[in-house]
Amino acid sequence: MSRKRDESPSSLWPAIQFTVNGGSRTVRVPPMKRLLDVLREDLHLTGTKEGCGEGECGSCSVRMNDELVNSCLVPVLQAEGADIQTVEGLALNGDLHPLQQAFLHHGGAQCGICTPGMLMAAAQLLAHTPHPSATEIREALAGNLCRCTGFMHIFESVAAAADAHDAQQANEHTMEQTHHAR
Amino acid sequence: MSALAIMSTHATTRIVGAPVPRKEGVDKLTGRALYVDDIEREGMWHGATVRSTIPRGLIRSTTFDHRIDWREFAIVTAADIPGENCIQLIVADQPCLADGKVNHCEEPILLLAHPDKHKLREAVGAVYIEYESLPPIFTIEESERSDVIIWGADNLLKSFLLEKGDVDSAWSRAAHIIEGEYRTGAQEHLYIENQGMIAEYSVDRGITVWGSLQCPYYVVKSLKSVFDLPDEKVRVIQTETGGAFGGKEDFPSNVACHAALLAMKCGHPVKIIYDRIEDLAATTKRHPSRVRHRTALDGDGKLIAIEINLDTNGGAYATLSSTVLSRATLHATGPYLCPNVRVNARSWATNLVPYGAFRGFGAPQAIFAMERHMDEIAAALGIDPVELRRRNFLHQGDTNATEQLMRQPIILDQLLDRALRESDYYARRAQFARENAGCAIKRGMGIAAFYHGSGFTGSGEEYLNSLAGIDATPEGKVRVLVSNTEFGQGTNTILTQVAAEALGLDYQDVTMAAPDTGIVPNSGPTVASRTSMVVGRIIERAGLQLLNLLREHAGLSSSHTREEFFAACDRYRAAKGEVVSLCRYEAPPGIHWDDQTYHGEAYGAYAWALYVAQVAVDTVTYSAEVEEIWAVQEAGRVLHPVLAAGQIEGGIAQAIGFALYEKVVLQDGRMANNQMTNYIMPTAEDVPPIHVYFEQSHFPHGGFGAKGIGELPHDGPAPAILNAIRDATGVSFNAIPLLPEDLYAGLVETQPAEEPVAR
Repeated sequence: MSRKRDESPSSLWPAIQFTVNGGSRTVRVPPMKRLLDVLREDLHLTGTKEGCGEGECGSCSVRMNDELVNSCLVPVLQAEGADIQTVEGLALNGDLHPLQQAFLHHGGAQCGICTPGMLMAAAQLLAHTPHPSATEIREALAGNLCRCTGFMHIFESVAAAADAHDAQQANEHTMEQTHHAR
Repeated sequence: MSALAIMSTHATTRIVGAPVPRKEGVDKLTGRALYVDDIEREGMWHGATVRSTIPRGLIRSTTFDHRIDWREFAIVTAADIPGENCIQLIVADQPCLADGKVNHCEEPILLLAHPDKHKLREAVGAVYIEYESLPPIFTIEESERSDVIIWGADNLLKSFLLEKGDVDSAWSRAAHIIEGEYRTGAQEHLYIENQGMIAEYSVDRGITVWGSLQCPYYVVKSLKSVFDLPDEKVRVIQTETGGAFGGKEDFPSNVACHAALLAMKCGHPVKIIYDRIEDLAATTKRHPSRVRHRTALDGDGKLIAIEINLDTNGGAYATLSSTVLSRATLHATGPYLCPNVRVNARSWATNLVPYGAFRGFGAPQAIFAMERHMDEIAAALGIDPVELRRRNFLHQGDTNATEQLMRQPIILDQLLDRALRESDYYARRAQFARENAGCAIKRGMGIAAFYHGSGFTGSGEEYLNSLAGIDATPEGKVRVLVSNTEFGQGTNTILTQVAAEALGLDYQDVTMAAPDTGIVPNSGPTVASRTSMVVGRIIERAGLQLLNLLREHAGLSSSHTREEFFAACDRYRAAKGEVVSLCRYEAPPGIHWDDQTYHGEAYGAYAWALYVAQVAVDTVTYSAEVEEIWAVQEAGRVLHPVLAAGQIEGGIAQAIGFALYEKVVLQDGRMANNQMTNYIMPTAEDVPPIHVYFEQSHFPHGGFGAKGIGELPHDGPAPAILNAIRDATGVSFNAIPLLPEDLYAGLVETQPAEEPVAR
């Protein structure tokens, strides 16, 4: 069993360049091809999932230029020059992101198919609202459908990640102070 | 035995009951987990399905648009099927591909494959089928009228008659007789991962299928028959599965056969992935139901007779309608004691996409009717709905409707007390009664009491004769060998917990063998709330058996470290060979079931529950909103607290959709709202706070004391919500889904405060 094979892009199409998870990527594909398909088929980043193909379920959510987008609704030409983050870019050097940790320990993922999109929506929320209220969490995840969890443990996971983020920052702050004291 | 006594027996495990991380959790959270559409095989083609556009008729001709170069395509029709043209389930009536006639819209007629998946959509639209239409029937009423016969001699897919005592002589003794009719609609599973399969075919190796599915051996059965192949030439491997809820119990057999037929025809691996529109239109849904109750009570509000006519719409082929109907029948009278019972249950054929398994499997329909009816009885008798239920609860030592003796403790009173306390039920009801008068938002509280039978019905588990076990590999890994699959509910996690606990190992020492019929034995399907209880128990026994083997033949001491365990495995392997322990299902003692009379032990165990819902009905917008839910249940031992709570919450969210949001709109037999845009499920902003409570017990015949849990939470919320709406508005609503337009019709047209009259 293998992931999709690497295929060299057809040279018939103009090059479209953008950044994915910190790395520069260039594709030559039909410019109206969905960003979702480019990620999955051309860049072999299959973590991003298709659920409905019409922007209702949020399974294909990625972060693009610091906005949350449904990649099934984005023609790849719109991604020219963009900075894109997918689920594959959350963990750093094999260390799970605080959101991934929280989802693991608080039951935020069941079947896992909505999880990549849900994580990206949560990451987008925490990037701008590090201390979200319960209502803010609900609103931020309202575009991401989960059929397994009833959302309760997802809310709990996001809140726990926000707390962990706080704790981490507090810790870094303390270390900084200690450093200065020396 | 008191409930408190049984609760004290469960505290002696290390791993069972602990919130260990989900076994495949990291793969799912990092995007590494491979679902079927994430997988590519060398030289793979893509497949698509040409479907019927009419509900019933004869196929007159098939033409292919000359603008397409069909030489690039593989084309499969019924004529290409080497074996029997039939999906094998309970009754062999559903063709794999329509042959000369169609019995529902979206029935598969012809298959196409092409190396480029983007070429398929146009090609599917360029195959023109001409039909001679026949008159279709769509409803239970049209089917039972028998003017048009579309299935068998009388359109009746299945019927059951359950009788206890003497219903007919009870009416004359009744102080009250209350009647009611209740209806539930179709419901789509809406797993977020659509149906999908990859198939490979070679003459030497036969067929290998990878896909999104619940029951690998069900798929094997159909493939063997469609291709006329022996067991060793058919292999089915489950890929990571993105939700199922019963929707991937039987339907994947159809997709697998189609992909395999195309693979055989074109000589390449073929992948079929449904898009959402096709998945919603063409796959199974929950059976719509019509349930009529007639109930006799004595002057004290005790049940003396229950007569129920329960009818379901089964769709065009029998699929699982008989077993869904069976479970509906066996849950129809609720958790109550009644000496005289008659349940007349029938499932009717119609020219609709066959209805199928969906979490609860008939029980949510039957329980909606019973629990809604209990509130109507309470209103008619002027009794508190809580009190009416309490007076009629089953207790240990009673017999239920099938005259099964309730041997295990039943703690319904305790569950009810807890639910009332946690929800502050009476105080809130009183508060809302005061506030509602002058307010456009009317609030109310509703309850539902219910049970769910764990495992296959009656003698079903003995018939399945499941085989499961554990082995230890030379690489120092212990593997759980089951065909039970993970699709979010936690199979991987709980079965490795059970195995590690039984073997005295760490959670990390145990893995799951691949869900591959080439590797794992048939431990039965992953359905019917059976995995924790039935398969868990087999794995627990296999673990103890393996320890005994190693103690007897490899010098393992009676209390061992993990290093000693693996050293003993190595010694055993060197001396005797493979380290493997397999066990078969053993029925708990005293299980007797008569399929003819529908008498005896319907289920090995029941999980019990008491749910409370608080709703707000806006009398300006006519929307109903669930504001809070309290869910109290006893499901034996809780194997994993986070996963168990997740099962309850997820089931409740689906049931809120079943009650208030999810409507399958049919036009001429086709689903008209087959998109996520217009088939509406509850979102993060719709699901209310859900409070989950477990009163634990130890069921001696379940895996470390567990009973089934997966389906229970879908049974109770819908009636609790509609009972709360009645409490809020004084108007009875007896059909779901209850959409704003239905609320409007009911609230504007009905005079509230008119209680049903007791006769």
